[in-house]
Amino acid sequence: MKAKNVTGDPGRGTARRSRRTEILENRPVNLDGFVEEWPEVGMVAMDSPFDPSPSVRVENGIVVEMDGKDRKDFDFLDQFIADHAIDAGAAEQAMALEPIEIAYMLVDPRVSRADVLAVSRGLTPAKLLEVVKTMNVVEMMTALQKMRARRTPANQAHSTSARDNPVQVAADAAEAALRGFRELETTLGVVRYAPLVAIALQVGAQTGKPGVLTQCALEEATELELGMRGITAYAETISVYGTEQVFCDGDDTPWSKAFLASAYASRGIKMRFTSGTGSEVQMGNAEGKSMLYLEVRCILVAKGAGVQGLQNGSISCIGVPGAVPAGIRAVLAENLIASTVDLECASGNDQSFSHSDMRRTARLLPQLLSGTDFICSGYSGVPNYDNMFAGSNLDPEDFDDWNTIQRDLQVDGALRHVPEAEILSARNRAARALQGVFAHLGLAPITDREIEAVTYSHGSRELPLRDVLEDLKAAQSVMDRGVTGLDIVKGLEAGGFPDVAETLLGVLRQRVSGDLLHTSAILTPELTTLSAVNDPNDYAGPGSGYRPGGARWEEMKRLRHVVSARDPEEGTGPSAGAVTGRTLSLKEKGPARPGRRSGEVVIGLSPAFGDFFSRTIVEVPHAEVLRELLAGVEEQGVHARVIRVRGSSDLAVIAHTAARLSGSGIGVGIMSRGTTMIHQRDLLRLSNLELFPQAPLMDLETFRRIGRNAARYAKGESPEPVPSRNDHMARPRWQAKAALLHIKETEFVQPGAEPVELEVLIRMLHTG
Amino acid sequence: MTPAELDPQHDYPLASRRPELIRTPTGKRLDEITMRAVLDGEVVAEDLRIAAETLRLQARIADSVGRPQLGQNFRRAAEMTALPDEEVLRIYNALRPGASTKQELAGIAEELERDHSATLCARLIREAAEVYERRGILAG
Repeated sequence: MKAKNVTGDPGRGTARRSRRTEILENRPVNLDGFVEEWPEVGMVAMDSPFDPSPSVRVENGIVVEMDGKDRKDFDFLDQFIADHAIDAGAAEQAMALEPIEIAYMLVDPRVSRADVLAVSRGLTPAKLLEVVKTMNVVEMMTALQKMRARRTPANQAHSTSARDNPVQVAADAAEAALRGFRELETTLGVVRYAPLVAIALQVGAQTGKPGVLTQCALEEATELELGMRGITAYAETISVYGTEQVFCDGDDTPWSKAFLASAYASRGIKMRFTSGTGSEVQMGNAEGKSMLYLEVRCILVAKGAGVQGLQNGSISCIGVPGAVPAGIRAVLAENLIASTVDLECASGNDQSFSHSDMRRTARLLPQLLSGTDFICSGYSGVPNYDNMFAGSNLDPEDFDDWNTIQRDLQVDGALRHVPEAEILSARNRAARALQGVFAHLGLAPITDREIEAVTYSHGSRELPLRDVLEDLKAAQSVMDRGVTGLDIVKGLEAGGFPDVAETLLGVLRQRVSGDLLHTSAILTPELTTLSAVNDPNDYAGPGSGYRPGGARWEEMKRLRHVVSARDPEEGTGPSAGAVTGRTLSLKEKGPARPGRRSGEVVIGLSPAFGDFFSRTIVEVPHAEVLRELLAGVEEQGVHARVIRVRGSSDLAVIAHTAARLSGSGIGVGIMSRGTTMIHQRDLLRLSNLELFPQAPLMDLETFRRIGRNAARYAKGESPEPVPSRNDHMARPRWQAKAALLHIKETEFVQPGAEPVELEVLIRMLHTG
Repeated sequence: MTPAELDPQHDYPLASRRPELIRTPTGKRLDEITMRAVLDGEVVAEDLRIAAETLRLQARIADSVGRPQLGQNFRRAAEMTALPDEEVLRIYNALRPGASTKQELAGIAEELERDHSATLCARLIREAAEVYERRGILAG
């Protein structure tokens, strides 16, 4: 050792590091980026000294002062908000309330959503900011639960392909639709692919589940064109920004966006705006305001434009608020404010957010638990590498976790577990339907090989390459020929998919009635509109509002692996390593008698061992278990007798009964699930020589050693106890099943019945 | 139909509750948009658009559930149903920052009013022109 002072105080500059620090350094969360606040440039979530103080002055029905600024000094956002978003008639009264009073109204379930809206319609951006600044995240969640517009929560998925492969998009859209998403969004790597991918998304969605709404995120004018043609059903990526400069950098103004909002409505197409904290500081022009203050301005621009809803929750800039203190609180606050001004809120959770699964989940829970109009405004329905929106906070790998969390908390995240066979069938059918449409429209053909591959694939890397040049030519022809949604309907019909054709026509018909233009509208699988008009959030405290029940709750209870309560062995089979083909036959020979040989061990079986049950909790066949126990005893030159204890399912009773009947006084008790104990006649019943309580860890080697040790005790030796294994994760996996197995075992107890002697026959099965 | 009899509680969604109030811009009823009609070429893309009258009905529903901005959006949209797609895109592009002079915007507003009776849209564009001038984002 060259280091001096190795045992002294390891202060600064020490080369040696704590093992624990090393472990922490390597945790995924430390791959995330964190920065200090810098309010002067807007690098602060929601609490900046440079944010304005709330104020309002109304003259002749016009807002002439807002948040400390005179009308003549208004920038274009101020003016748009003052003239279009704020109800001048309600402003002075609403602004007279203290922020904390308004926060109380938001949190108190006895204040109705409508009562809050009567106030929020008169609030300025700075005031709304002050209100949420008084609230912690639990209060915000309580408020969001009441303030979201639609009663029933829903969810949206991303369906994209790194290769813009339309076949993949169709199959993934069908799967996402089947899993419960009511909106699907796509975008492109190569923008010219858009028409083909948008068609694929629409065909896949309607094949998976009728009424799923689809959109293709593109530059504003192109997005509108696809919508007008009926190839997409709604639009979302209509971005608004919180400062004049950044708004102009985005080549828009509140007036151009308001015009666009009306343009969509004029074609019967649903749309929402998009904004989010962090975009202004990301684009380098936050005017020294907090991220949330600027986002509140965006929210009110959306309100003033008369668009029905907003996608927010930082969205593509999540890494910015995510890096500063209280950033994720601010993200929740922006969802809450959008809902509080009565907009539909598609609440983010739609971008790669963290390397840490724990942090990803923490970022998700506020929206999931409160429920929002769309909990994710893009849950990735494709692997991260295929996600052309730069990933999502949730991936396909998380489907089972999501379903489990829903079931654990009885919270409806709008998804469901779907058996594999249904998924394969839907993926295959969607790809075939697209094949038919492409053939009908004379587009680059889709081969059967592609369909086969996409049915079973996870992502684009597993798919045959398409002829990109042919596809791009086809995409151009879709635009040049003016292909519309009706042409897709005809293609589906011609291709032999009349039901999907009928569904798509039904979706297109929606734009004639305009019902989908209302706040928070979705289509049900029956093609009925569900919006804040006919499904308004009626949360009013415990027992009220949306709660998953009935058929939906039954659906939520289903997961990939759920042990049947009636028959815990149902759907299981011997594990691969344990397949031996040995059978166990146990024949009762009459009452079990006390043994007279001092060199014997009695093995006591539980009431259902080798009878109702044939395997342990981890599928080890009872034939093998008993064979190993017996072999362990016999290899020590000790005789073994087997009895069944019929009167109890208590392991201590079983083992002690065996010990008391044993000539040596040594007995082994074993439960059907595999829990085992070595007992001795002279010990108290609740004591034991060796106990093996964790049934899931019991393998054949352990049973052999238990048999061996029991025999050595019988010979008067003092063997070293069989090493007891321990796995804390056995509990989350097996505890509930163990309880079920125990309950079942107990059903076979015959109270008062004496133990019986068994004749054991273990035979190889003839397999051919 | 008389305007007074529209009640969101009972009449929404219009497609299922009051289908008799809805016509396509080409005068068809919803139940005439069938698969058979599509295949026979009797339903074309123009039939799958919303009529100005329908948007005004939806505007009244929006107003009556406390969403005046949404209602106003629908009223502007009602005016815009008369505009061809290219015209809509042209005006949208003209409203982008630095894209138009004040006179150009005034001209668009006038056209909208004169050719399409689109007074609400015209008002939005004149308002934009005023603000753009004050904030220095007109072309020029």
